[in-house]
Amino acid sequence: MTSLTALRKQETPRHTAMPPLPATPRLAVDGVTLEYRTPRQVVKATQRVSFDVQEGDRFVLLGPSGCGKSTLLKAVAGFLSPAEGEIRLDGQQVVGPGPDRLVVFQEFDQLPPWKTVKQNVMFPLLASRTLGRREAEHRALVTLEKVGLDAFADAYPHTLSGGMKQRVAIARALAMQPRILLMDEPFAALDALTRRKMQEELLTLWKEVGFTLLFVTHSIEEAQIVGNRVLLLSPHPGRVRAELGCEADSLSNLGSASTKSRTQQIHQLLFEHEGRP
Amino acid sequence: MTLHTLSVDRFQRADRVHELPPVEASELAVSRPLWQRAWDLGVVRKLTILLALVGLWELAARYQANPLLLPGASDTATALWQGLASGTLIQRSAVSLSVLLKGYALGTVLALALTTLAVSTRLGRDLLSSLTSMFSPLPAIALLPLALLWFGLGEASLVFVLVHSVLWAMAVNIHQGFQGVSETLRMAGRNYGLRGLRYVAHILIPAALPALLAGLRIGWAFAWRTLIAAELVFGASSGEGGLGWYIFQNRNELYTDNVFAGLVVVILIGLLVENLIFNTLERITVKRWGMVR
Repeated sequence: MTSLTALRKQETPRHTAMPPLPATPRLAVDGVTLEYRTPRQVVKATQRVSFDVQEGDRFVLLGPSGCGKSTLLKAVAGFLSPAEGEIRLDGQQVVGPGPDRLVVFQEFDQLPPWKTVKQNVMFPLLASRTLGRREAEHRALVTLEKVGLDAFADAYPHTLSGGMKQRVAIARALAMQPRILLMDEPFAALDALTRRKMQEELLTLWKEVGFTLLFVTHSIEEAQIVGNRVLLLSPHPGRVRAELGCEADSLSNLGSASTKSRTQQIHQLLFEHEGRP
Repeated sequence: MTLHTLSVDRFQRADRVHELPPVEASELAVSRPLWQRAWDLGVVRKLTILLALVGLWELAARYQANPLLLPGASDTATALWQGLASGTLIQRSAVSLSVLLKGYALGTVLALALTTLAVSTRLGRDLLSSLTSMFSPLPAIALLPLALLWFGLGEASLVFVLVHSVLWAMAVNIHQGFQGVSETLRMAGRNYGLRGLRYVAHILIPAALPALLAGLRIGWAFAWRTLIAAELVFGASSGEGGLGWYIFQNRNELYTDNVFAGLVVVILIGLLVENLIFNTLERITVKRWGMVR
């Protein structure tokens, strides 16, 4: 815990005039235990995990494989229900999947191949009956322009590269203007150069649109770049190890001493029980 | 990068930086010769195969020199032309096709209903797998005597055996297709609030379309086989017979060339449906979407 308090001390002087926290956070995960069933036993994926995501946060769930971060995201999306605890979106309990919490998955096959890029972006708007066909089409084109894919509106997904497919998936989620955007390692299947570019673009989009983001990753660097707050989860079962602010770490100062030492600290928090630095 | 930043490594290899001039369009791609492009067309290759087979058949018939046993391609063509010109063959085909389409459509609808049930509940899945393993090996023709007993000597009996022959093969295929739909796509659909029949219609059916089309193809072939065989057994008691009855009648009267003409019509309809309907369906759907190469 010593390292954690040290981190907090670093953090405080930077925000001199802090606004008060809203009474109801955008997303509240409250003592959530998640289990999954194998044929032989019930396995605990996370144990009493709690955290709050405020509006406009870029909240990152970070941890090694087996820490239940993806399972946690699926529970927030409503695909799983907690064995214990509660998940609330703007104070309302989450009971099932819904278009107010859109997910961008890691897999490229999240785009139905029988729909063009534009139809893909329109799909949730029409499926959830949020907008009529005309308005949906208009919004789809506007959003596609934001991610720089307006020229590919009529292309089918199989003709796009991996990075472009993920951009379509992000546009599709943004077009819906969800109350929270959920991303499950969206860039993990991309090559390193494309990944870096996508991280940059995501941050630009965030500055432009100002959505609330819950982002799952297993890369410390990605967590620092993308997030303003990072939740560290320990594996087997997933428990909260720490929640850190990392607004100061960004793409532009990746090599700086402060960012590097933050990386070190996160690494230690995640792996110190293994006796390695 | 400017030149003064270039460095020299331990083997004294200098860095290299090239200015890249634009490439001429003519250097980028060269058009292929005409015959190569023609050979890329499925129609051309298939017609070649067809012509070769007809040639072999004609040779065999000439060698045999017994038109009562094996009429040649030219004899058959004459008989076919006469049959078409007199309208008999067309009318017989129409009778067969109308029965066939009824049985096929009913079978398809039932298969879809059964598989929808099977993907929504565990019990439905068990029902489907039990029913298919029980009835799939049962030849449709074996059910014909029973069908005649239940539905009488009419179209209803034929439709019944057709449904039986189409349903199980198709249900197995469609179900496999539904099972193969990726988890991510399923979750995406549910994420947008799709459930029940809308979920099946917007996610499962299009995502399983390759398997669905395979099922439709298999069902079509099964239906044809069953129908012709049933007509051969069953005759023309429903007033006027179909193609199977035409073949049977002409065999009895030893018009072997007409028998062949009847068989050729069956084959031609098969080829037409395969190439015009199924291939087109595939081209404008699963191939266009990149789900099948």
